[in-house]
Amino acid sequence: MNKRSNWALPYFIFLVLFVVLPLLLIAVYALQDASGHFTLSNIGKFFSDGDSLSTFALSIEVAIENTILCILIGYPAAWILANKDYNKSAVTVVLFILPMWINALMRTLATAELFTMAGIQLGKGTLLFGMCYDYLPFMIYPIYNVLNKMDKSYAEAAQDLGATPGEVFRKVTLPLSMPGVWSGVMMVFMPTVSTFAISEFLTNNKIKLFGTIIQENINNSMWNYGAALSLIMLVIIGITTVLQSNDSEEANVGGII
Amino acid sequence: MKGKKLLAKLYIGLVLVILYAPIIFIAVFSFTEAKSLGNWTGFSFNLYKNLFNGSMQNSSGLMSAVENTLLIALIASVVATLLGTVAAIGIYNLKGRKKDVMNFLNNIPMINPDIITGVSLFLLFVFLHISQGYTTVVLAHITFCTPYVVLNVMPKLSQLNPNIYEAALDLGATPMQALRKVLVPALRPGMISGFILSFTMSLDDFAVTFFTRGTIGLDTLSTYIYADARKGGLTPELKPLMTILFLLILVVLLVINIRQSKNLNKK
Repeated sequence: MNKRSNWALPYFIFLVLFVVLPLLLIAVYALQDASGHFTLSNIGKFFSDGDSLSTFALSIEVAIENTILCILIGYPAAWILANKDYNKSAVTVVLFILPMWINALMRTLATAELFTMAGIQLGKGTLLFGMCYDYLPFMIYPIYNVLNKMDKSYAEAAQDLGATPGEVFRKVTLPLSMPGVWSGVMMVFMPTVSTFAISEFLTNNKIKLFGTIIQENINNSMWNYGAALSLIMLVIIGITTVLQSNDSEEANVGGII
Repeated sequence: MKGKKLLAKLYIGLVLVILYAPIIFIAVFSFTEAKSLGNWTGFSFNLYKNLFNGSMQNSSGLMSAVENTLLIALIASVVATLLGTVAAIGIYNLKGRKKDVMNFLNNIPMINPDIITGVSLFLLFVFLHISQGYTTVVLAHITFCTPYVVLNVMPKLSQLNPNIYEAALDLGATPMQALRKVLVPALRPGMISGFILSFTMSLDDFAVTFFTRGTIGLDTLSTYIYADARKGGLTPELKPLMTILFLLILVVLLVINIRQSKNLNKK
């Protein structure tokens, strides 16, 4: 049985080559100028460039708004789907995932076209709506999973001990479902910051998000600056991941006690 | 209670209507001939006819994009399923720090947004002077698919009673036979869901393909649509194509789910 552990070796080599090395290369390219000398000027350029900074701020703002919107719309939907009184069929859950099988760019284009037809001008409002539309299933699914697996006896016990339905939700169901909400946030927040194409289609190129400037730099052979922007995003991912793992541990511990 | 039930149904219905509106929109406008999406010029099957008899403009471009998308998804998800299953067995048998390191590394591609995966792999291929094309796209897709296979196979391993495998060996099975007849059947549900997930993600991927396809003119459906939209006019035949794909997926998923719930009822 012991030799079985060697089976992880090919994947370890694969991960080092295609995950670790590429991420290190982002840092290497970010800290080099075009001729390969060490420099901090790419990072400095970002912090002194008003356009990049405002795009970055806007991306974070849109991502926060989109994440909140997805929770507000997605949580009730997940709760209803996981509640046996309201929904008995697994088919309804499948219906929520099904749109993801249709090409996301095509759906986004159709959404933008629908807005135009309805006479709504493409801009920040349509961007938020379209983003929420694209990412909603990623929020609903993890919350639904956690709620569905949740031991119902906790809620029943709270009820027996005299909690009102509102209190049961606030003090039992919601805290117990927080791990699901957190994985939903992870699946919505960073991808929103980094989307390109989707934001261009939904605003008719009027609003650029952070992903778009990374793409523009890489495509125009400004690899070093593009890598520097990617590095900034990696740092944020690192921070949010650490925060998230702390918080969900707390959520787990708090929920069980 | 009844009022609440109605409210819940209404809410779910409303969210579903919003989710499906763009798809229905595409489907409706696939039955007219107009070039742009929201333009109705009378009912017609012409776009469907064009799609199948290849008389549309740039028909080879769209068809090869569809072919590439399916082939890349198939190769990437088969390789990811094999690599991921072997890796899951390995990781499951690791202990302590080594196991933590593997789990940590396996998580990275899932946490990374597409664009970071795409840019980092682009830099890798540039750095190693590997010319980009079909192979690099497939490698990139394997990279972001495999972690999901590992994640799906792992729980099946912990559910498996290790004694059964030992029993097979005691009863005279060779390790290969024990693997084929005990381990693989037990892991199969996890492998299948990992495969389906990989296939789906590969089909829908845009950003990673975009950065790793190089400049040889390789197109998948996503990059084709992107280039099309940037040029300003979407190929009208995309509408019937998307409609057909959607109906196919709908039927397949519904059949699978109805079968599953019937099986559950029988038990």
